[in-house]
Amino acid sequence: MSVMNTPEALIPADRMSQQITDGPEQPLPGRRRGRFRSTPGRILLWVLLIVFSAVFMYPFVWLLAASLKSRGQVFDNKLWPDTFVWSNYADVWNQLPLGSWLFNSVAIALLAAGAVAVSSSLVAFGFACFRFPGRNILFGVVLATMMLPGAVTLVPTYMIWNALGLVGTWAPLWAANLFGSAFYIFLQRQFLLGLPRELFEAARVDGASYWRVFWRIVFPLSLPSFIIVFLFEFQASWNNLQAALIYLNAGRVEDFTAPLGIAHAMTVYSPTAGGHGDYQYVMVASLMVTLPMLVLFAFGQRYFIEGVATTGRKG
Amino acid sequence: MAEGIIRGAGGSARTARASRRRSKGNTKYNRREALAGYAFISPWIIGFLIFTAGAMIWSLVLAFSDFNLATGSMNAVGLRNFEDLFVDPRVRISLANTLYYAIMLVPLQVAFALMLAMLLARLGRGAGIFRTIYYLPNMTPAVATAAVFFLLLNGNTGAINQLLGLVGIEGPQWLVDPSWVKPSLVLMSLWAVSGTMVIFLAALKNVPRELYEVASIDGAGPVRKFFSITLPMISPAMFFNTIVLSIAAFQTFDQAYLLFWRDQSNASPESSLFYAVYLFQQAFRQFNFGFAAAMSWLMFVIIMIITFIQIRVGNRFVYYEGAR
Repeated sequence: MSVMNTPEALIPADRMSQQITDGPEQPLPGRRRGRFRSTPGRILLWVLLIVFSAVFMYPFVWLLAASLKSRGQVFDNKLWPDTFVWSNYADVWNQLPLGSWLFNSVAIALLAAGAVAVSSSLVAFGFACFRFPGRNILFGVVLATMMLPGAVTLVPTYMIWNALGLVGTWAPLWAANLFGSAFYIFLQRQFLLGLPRELFEAARVDGASYWRVFWRIVFPLSLPSFIIVFLFEFQASWNNLQAALIYLNAGRVEDFTAPLGIAHAMTVYSPTAGGHGDYQYVMVASLMVTLPMLVLFAFGQRYFIEGVATTGRKG
Repeated sequence: MAEGIIRGAGGSARTARASRRRSKGNTKYNRREALAGYAFISPWIIGFLIFTAGAMIWSLVLAFSDFNLATGSMNAVGLRNFEDLFVDPRVRISLANTLYYAIMLVPLQVAFALMLAMLLARLGRGAGIFRTIYYLPNMTPAVATAAVFFLLLNGNTGAINQLLGLVGIEGPQWLVDPSWVKPSLVLMSLWAVSGTMVIFLAALKNVPRELYEVASIDGAGPVRKFFSITLPMISPAMFFNTIVLSIAAFQTFDQAYLLFWRDQSNASPESSLFYAVYLFQQAFRQFNFGFAAAMSWLMFVIIMIITFIQIRVGNRFVYYEGAR
């Protein structure tokens, strides 16, 4: 996952997110208020927008169509199958252990996202709301670790899990998230700094413990950033092929995650390796692994767009 | 930098301000507050010590050894792994492939994303549905994208070549011809460019409209407005996207692995061997952990250098509104 932050000076985050999501719609350049213009430029704009929509949607439609085709027609590129083979959707569960793959992926993604959202939120609270020696230096270290390419620690991380005897289990795919993640700590700290401090101080005056302040005030108020972190990490974990390859590839096929399983199925049913194999099952499986993300986006669109716009996470 | 928000019970705003003023000179921390602060950040400290600092030190140690997980041997070999980086032709090939790919991809990503963002920005209120459609590829797992493009890009039966055939162009053997391998991956990456687009869209919405109005009064055309207003005003986003996309391009793994190196037949063209893929093969197929560690440090240094150069160059062109 490639993730980086925006240095604070770069983008005025609050302003941006507000405008992109629910802020007042600003009249934009080239558009006059109160009058719909039907100029050639306007028509060209619509044509371009629709053409690009077709470009972006085509692979989805193609995938949907291919998943409904019979073995011999998967490669015919028709967007309307000659015959609809609905049984693909029933047979795929016998052909591939897709059910266990999806279950593994969902469980790991929930663990990964839950762990990182809670831990990062705690750490962010520590950085945002407390004064202690070395705080700014330590936060500088947090920012610096965001620049670190994952590949540098790939091998030693494997050795840590190997030494703990946890290679082949789910742990390497999520447990490191219990210690927070630099990018999410940064994101949540920025959010906490935007909250009115009187709230915290009032709670302290009323005698609430720090822990209570966190759970009763900070956590509920920072729910939007918590959701952003959860959704981002859920998606990242759901898509994570490399970690599954490293830690689960040697195990049983049923224990694979969905991305690893589909990569495996691509090889098994590859049209180049063994003639035109039953690639329609790969198509159904691909659709099955994509659908949860589309549903996630349907419900969390606001958070995804806002999160990307404010933090510059590259999806 | 933020000041502490929570101090001991009874700390009023005024004492907070006073203590902040005092803190500039002789810093006095509330002991209880400081301990609580350390407690809250302790998960990160532990994680950092193990998975970042510890792992990096261990990676450095490995880089000077011949550790192989399969054989279990571990001897100090001095600089041999680093010398091998220059001897092994596949290191050179994969590095060249990766750089070539990044140089081809990043400008196209930036230009395409900016173009899409400008179209959406122009539309204003009705942009929602298009923004959703354009964003969907970004939600698609790499494995599904690869499974579909594997067939779309097929040189003989693929839809893309069929489409090209309609306008009389004979499409290339995308996934087989060594010189078309990287353009194939570029196409796939451009399809999922919408994360970058969203950042540009946000930046475009922050350009003050008055600037365009004034420019119109002065008789500036759309091209002039783009180069004199839009581009300078969104240059921070441009700068940021370029850096992030470069780092991501350099670490390209999923697509290249899925399309070319999935089955270990090694029948794939060498022009599809990316640095991250070769690193993965050395580490988790050959289990040459020492050599892989050395490779990862080379990658780290190169990414740092590229980022540093981009920052130096960028600072000359980027316009920060706050720094007027």
